[in-house]
Amino acid sequence: MNFDFNEKQLMVIKNAKEYTEKYLAPGVIERDETSTYPIDAYRKLGELGFVGLPYSSEYGGSDAGYLEYVLAVEEIAKVDASMAISYSVATSLYAGPIAGFGTEEQKKKYLPPVLSGKSLGAFNLTEPNAGSDAAGVITRAEKKGDRYILNGLKCFSTNGPLADYFFVVASTNPELKTKGLSGFIVEKAFPGVSIGKIENKMGIRSAQVSEVIFDNVEVPAENLILEEGKGFMLAMKTLDSGRMGVAAQGLGIAEGAFEIAKNYLKTREQFGKPLYKNQYLAFKMAELEMQIEQAKLLLYKAACDKDTGKPYTISAAKAKYACTNAAMDVTTAAVQMLGGNGYMREYHVERMMRDAKITQIYEGTNEIQKLVISGGLFR
Amino acid sequence: MIRSNMRIIVCIKQVPDTNEFKIDLETGIMIREGLPCVMNPDDKNALEEALRLKDEYNAEVIALTMGPLQAKDVLKEAMAMGADEVILINDLSFAGSDSLATAAILAAAIERIGHYDMILCGMQAMDGNTGQTGPQLAELLNIPQITYLKELNIIDNTVTATKWTESEKYTFKLNMPVLLTVNNELNDPRIPTMMGVMKAYDEAGEKKIKVWGANDLDIDIEQVGIKGSVTNIYESCLTHINRVSTIIEGEDEKEMAKSLAMKLSELNLI
Ligand SMILES: Cc1cc2nc3c(=O)[nH]c(=O)nc-3n(C[C@H](O)[C@H](O)[C@H](O)COP(=O)(O)OP(=O)(O)OC[C@H]3O[C@@H](n4cnc5c(N)ncnc54)[C@H](O)[C@@H]3O)c2cc1C
Repeated sequence: MNFDFNEKQLMVIKNAKEYTEKYLAPGVIERDETSTYPIDAYRKLGELGFVGLPYSSEYGGSDAGYLEYVLAVEEIAKVDASMAISYSVATSLYAGPIAGFGTEEQKKKYLPPVLSGKSLGAFNLTEPNAGSDAAGVITRAEKKGDRYILNGLKCFSTNGPLADYFFVVASTNPELKTKGLSGFIVEKAFPGVSIGKIENKMGIRSAQVSEVIFDNVEVPAENLILEEGKGFMLAMKTLDSGRMGVAAQGLGIAEGAFEIAKNYLKTREQFGKPLYKNQYLAFKMAELEMQIEQAKLLLYKAACDKDTGKPYTISAAKAKYACTNAAMDVTTAAVQMLGGNGYMREYHVERMMRDAKITQIYEGTNEIQKLVISGGLFR
Repeated sequence: MIRSNMRIIVCIKQVPDTNEFKIDLETGIMIREGLPCVMNPDDKNALEEALRLKDEYNAEVIALTMGPLQAKDVLKEAMAMGADEVILINDLSFAGSDSLATAAILAAAIERIGHYDMILCGMQAMDGNTGQTGPQLAELLNIPQITYLKELNIIDNTVTATKWTESEKYTFKLNMPVLLTVNNELNDPRIPTMMGVMKAYDEAGEKKIKVWGANDLDIDIEQVGIKGSVTNIYESCLTHINRVSTIIEGEDEKEMAKSLAMKLSELNLI
């Protein structure tokens, strides 16, 4: 067993850090306040090859693996959790099903624009009546000759308002319930695709999340991924990988807040000594440090499982659970440790606390992660 | 019109990363062990300028470093950023070279490379801060040099180079080959692409690094290394600068300006 990063991984971390300091740290508070998305920073992320990290250079990727990708998301989330999820949705949730299951033509056509940063990609599974239970999907794809006619409303689509491409799960046969779901690649440019309500969120406010509406959209049959009926499997497999992106986002948030708290405890003095000299606070930090490290090891393990071809559904669920709980626990503690300052925007931790909450909810709530993990136990 | 096949050599140095370095109190030389190493910041600007010329004019960029085997790291970084060819000059007899001896070694390596149009160096290295290697190299190669480059344009075989001093701006026209030294005011070094990183830090990247020793160069080893170095460190010590701040108070700006002027003249500063 080896716990060391190789040179490539160290360079991914170093350069992701440099990218983050240069393109994301400036204005991060203002973007949260005004809910603005830094599209130029995303373009740069693509140009530098981060979006394509785990994919083949044949399709505009960087020929690295999931561990490298997770390390990049983690670095970014230390500063800007909104970009971290936008990035993760493009890489894991949009590109994932195409790279993993698409035809050569689908990969050649639909991966390069997103991996290069020219376009954003989104993932549309959730509907008003289909959240944790994806079987509730009622968006309909009806076959007519060499095309499918798509009708329905998807909600909570991260990157939705900005995306040029969507991975959409729709029903080709409602009688078969989940076995009747199918996965499609849909272009924003197809007539009948529109953006509905843009959400006003508690956290990750710079990320753009919206409804996406399909009104008699003609989708060429060649945009179906695999066969009809594979949509549920595609969505679940995609989320298994996506959860590592969310886990990395949570881990990064936790680490970012931890660093801020640590520096604060060293410099802030009360009762004639720095705060960290109170054992209560120092021990609390020791606990959080352990929680972060435990979460980190679970995440890197899950990424290594995927990179080495092992099953990773369960390990990704564990990683998502541990990392996102670390995000919530550490940020909440950090706000408390910074006292009144912690409650103020300019100290960052209040934003991180708001950002942390969503990581426990999307891509399968943490209750659903327990469902996955316990399902593995009692199969 | 830009001449094709322009070749640029960039001299880069691996330096310890931090300002919290320690000094060996007996020799007065910095203790390098255990310090993380990076590409010297000014050298990164030199490399960036070369790569900009590569993007613009399709120039060929060769990165050259003298140092221990560990200095391969900065060559890999240079490759990841876009250098076409990288060369490590490494020989036990080169250890301890001062800036002049280093310039002599670099000159010998550049002679071996043969044809070149431009040499770019960082203005100074973060560890020694002498700022001498570049100028000495130009002298040894007998080519013109412009230090502290602020702007660079190339037309045909002519380089238009601008430098500023504190009060003046100079613009020079020179024929290539030339040597230019730069610092961080010239440009903003690029972040390498991940594809560049994956290739440079691969086995194939490792194999691309050429390693030249004393035997590969036309050089007298008596002239290099500690023996060949003309610089001897007589003494080195740590100094402490204690800043004392004084706040000038007064009724209005005029009065405050007056007492500031008095203070400065008391200190013989004006
Ligand atoms: C900001 C944001 C971005 C999002 N981005 C995307 C996106 O890009 N694409 C996309 O498709 N979706 C996206 N989602 C949707 C997200 O994945 C769902 O909101 C999430 O899966 C939960 O579904 P729900 O909101 O319907 O909650 P519900 O399923 O209604 O759950 C409500 C509560 O009940 C619990 N619960 C439900 N079922 C069980 C059970 N069997 N056992 C125990 N507890 C249970 C849940 O854990 C939760 O606490 C996003 C959501 C948000 C808020």
